[in-house]
Amino acid sequence: MLTKRIIACLDVTAGRVVKGVQFEQLRDAGDPAELAAAHSRAGADEVVLLDISATHEKRATLADTVRRTAGQLFIPFTVGGGIGSLDDAIAVFEAGADKISINSAALADPSLITRIAERYGSQAVIVAIDAKRINGGARFEAYVNGGRKATGRDAVAWALEAEQRGAGEILLTSMDRDGTGAGFDCELTRACSEALHIPVIASGGGGDTQTFVDVFQRGRADAALAASIFHFGLHRLADLKRELHGAGIPVRWPC
Amino acid sequence: MIAVVDYRAGNLTSVKKALDHLCADAIVTGDPEVVAHADKIILPGVGHFSATAILEETGLRSAILRRVAERVPFLGVCVGMQWMFESSAEAPGTQGLGLFSGACGRFPESVKSPHVGWNSLTCDPGSRLLRGIPSGSFVYFTHSYSAPVVKATTARCEYGGEFSAAIEQDNLFGVQFHPEKSGDLGLQLLENFCGL
Repeated sequence: MLTKRIIACLDVTAGRVVKGVQFEQLRDAGDPAELAAAHSRAGADEVVLLDISATHEKRATLADTVRRTAGQLFIPFTVGGGIGSLDDAIAVFEAGADKISINSAALADPSLITRIAERYGSQAVIVAIDAKRINGGARFEAYVNGGRKATGRDAVAWALEAEQRGAGEILLTSMDRDGTGAGFDCELTRACSEALHIPVIASGGGGDTQTFVDVFQRGRADAALAASIFHFGLHRLADLKRELHGAGIPVRWPC
Repeated sequence: MIAVVDYRAGNLTSVKKALDHLCADAIVTGDPEVVAHADKIILPGVGHFSATAILEETGLRSAILRRVAERVPFLGVCVGMQWMFESSAEAPGTQGLGLFSGACGRFPESVKSPHVGWNSLTCDPGSRLLRGIPSGSFVYFTHSYSAPVVKATTARCEYGGEFSAAIEQDNLFGVQFHPEKSGDLGLQLLENFCGL
């Protein structure tokens, strides 16, 4: 049976994982390569490395970070953050990423999705969408530039267009829930998952095990992002997989 | 030496990286001469079935078929495995290697496509490639087309119906999933292949 995936996300800048907490048995708690491998051992089904560098200088280390991380990781590995062109994507793939995630650049130029998919296959292209409820209602708007700029686009309609242009998966973040730990936005996730024929990764709001049960059952998510290790330790990751298994959610456990 | 066949479609770094991790003597090559002298051949696959047309144009197809006839172990991965069959609905005009009879088909509308994620295997005992990989093991898939279950099928997977997750016959091996992305079990499979 196809299992629901738990994807670990590491935020990096200048080649270091930020918001890091001290983990035992790690020589260097800020090293992306070591942390990614540790998350794989703890039961993560995939790893996403999100480059949150604000400056070009800091971003220059990305290819090297990706290369070192990929060298120790034998589960799917996605790189996102700041990929603005086909050339940016090529550099990340050549460094060893299996998939790339694009957000603002895809909205600015949707043909970028198709151009990357034609070269590397749709399975390698994740379109990330930051969505926010409109006036607290049941419709959602896509935002860009790290959630700072509204686009006027309906988030679900944009997800559909991304699918048609060749995206292989959608990484859907609820801006309303992000960082709260209060639970994923199941309504948003379900609207997107039911409208689309490609997998939807839910993000934003993950907290206790029940929040993950809810997003898989009510939200119909195919995968969920266990966001930054700031709120998500290695032990917690292993416990989550075990508890989801116990709750009857199909997960890769033991792994 | 293992030849990892480069047919200029998709990303071969992850297969090579896994082989490097296992300290296997492997080279990524698009040169038919190198393939013709390889001890083992891996045909990785990400992308479209029609991308394999380039194998025909470059002479890689005949080099592979000749070497396979000389009983060199051959492993097709993902589209590489699908290409071991006769054809695929993905590219009706493109001819597969025809090492196994049958055509690859698309998933039914009732399930999402592509099939992405970790799914479990139902394995037949006695497979050399799957040694140490029991039934129920989870491996990573990402594909929109799949190969039918045939006599040579050694592992099946369920997604909108059953399909071949692994095939094996004499020196011919194929896996629909990505061993290079399937954690320790995937590395075990590649090690099994290297040790043939």
